[in-house]
Amino acid sequence: MHEFDLSSAIVQTVNKHADGRKVTHITLQVGRLRQVVKDTLLFYLAIVGRDTPCEGATLEIIDVPAVLVCNNCQNEWEIEIPAFICGTCGPGAVEVKTGEEFMVESIEVEDEEDAACTAPR
Amino acid sequence: MHRTKVRVVEDALDANNTIASANRSDFDRSNVTVVNLMSAPGAGKTTLLERSLEGLAEEGLRVGVLEGDVQGSFDADRLSVLHIPVVQLNTDNGFGGECHLDANMVRSALPAVPLDDMDVLIVENVGNLVCPAEFRIGEDARIMVCSVTEGEDKPLKYPLMFRACELVVINKIDLLEHLDFDVDRLEANILQVNHHAKVIRVSAKTGEGVEEFRAWLQALPSRPAAAAHEHDHHDHEHDDHADHEHAPA
Repeated sequence: MHEFDLSSAIVQTVNKHADGRKVTHITLQVGRLRQVVKDTLLFYLAIVGRDTPCEGATLEIIDVPAVLVCNNCQNEWEIEIPAFICGTCGPGAVEVKTGEEFMVESIEVEDEEDAACTAPR
Repeated sequence: MHRTKVRVVEDALDANNTIASANRSDFDRSNVTVVNLMSAPGAGKTTLLERSLEGLAEEGLRVGVLEGDVQGSFDADRLSVLHIPVVQLNTDNGFGGECHLDANMVRSALPAVPLDDMDVLIVENVGNLVCPAEFRIGEDARIMVCSVTEGEDKPLKYPLMFRACELVVINKIDLLEHLDFDVDRLEANILQVNHHAKVIRVSAKTGEGVEEFRAWLQALPSRPAAAAHEHDHHDHEHDDHADHEHAPA
């Protein structure tokens, strides 16, 4: 249900960097801990992006695994369920290493000059 | 057709966080510590406030409330008897969504909030276990209320929310005798997801545990201390090292 607002945040960020150019592709890093439903995000992005430079852009989502590190024993492991506990040392020194990302990594835009060259004569 | 790849590497929520920083500057100026109060609908946020805020001013802590709701002023009306500043914020004409407060909505409401008349501002978020956890509003601490009618497994289903909070209040414990609910298992699940969370069991109805919640509010670091702490972590503008990094080689 938060995907609508997350889509708005993506469109806002992308359009800022597109600087008026048409966006054809968006690469997004999404950490597993963000609880984002991909299909829902795609659905809303198409709606929110309408009439903006993002309209029609394809979205590539890079899944970032949830990796924890224990600062006590330096053990690193990936979790599939939300258990933030080190098997050896308990929960005290556990930190999230990756999995909380929600980042626009890159965008692909149409270069304006070239776009003009390929316009029908 | 020529396409150019543009490296962005920007958190998509940066725009929200920038506005949250602007809110923080306002809180700094008025020395107000801000708490973001979140829960599922019906967990008892407003009842907890009704029960716990009365008389705090006489004990030296001036509290105000910003009430976020999709529509109506039912909650603000309930709190009006406490004779503390209460401001209603409706999200139906808000920015993007209706299911949570974001930094911009809070910002839009701040002119109506008498910040100079309070030490602590409690922002009661819209009842929802997902979206409010995503959007910082410029707060110093986050409280989550969960009730014993919701299920012991909720921390495992909504880790994003439970991990975001410094304090989890387990409410409605007066109902335990009528329920097949293992409150110890709920607490264990909370700590499995967020080991650093403080957990307080209360009944906003009977008042059990409410005194501990009041004490938690009273022990909140006052704004200048909270602000200094925050600057250590996030504000590099006046940081010598950052200056060196940006200096020409």
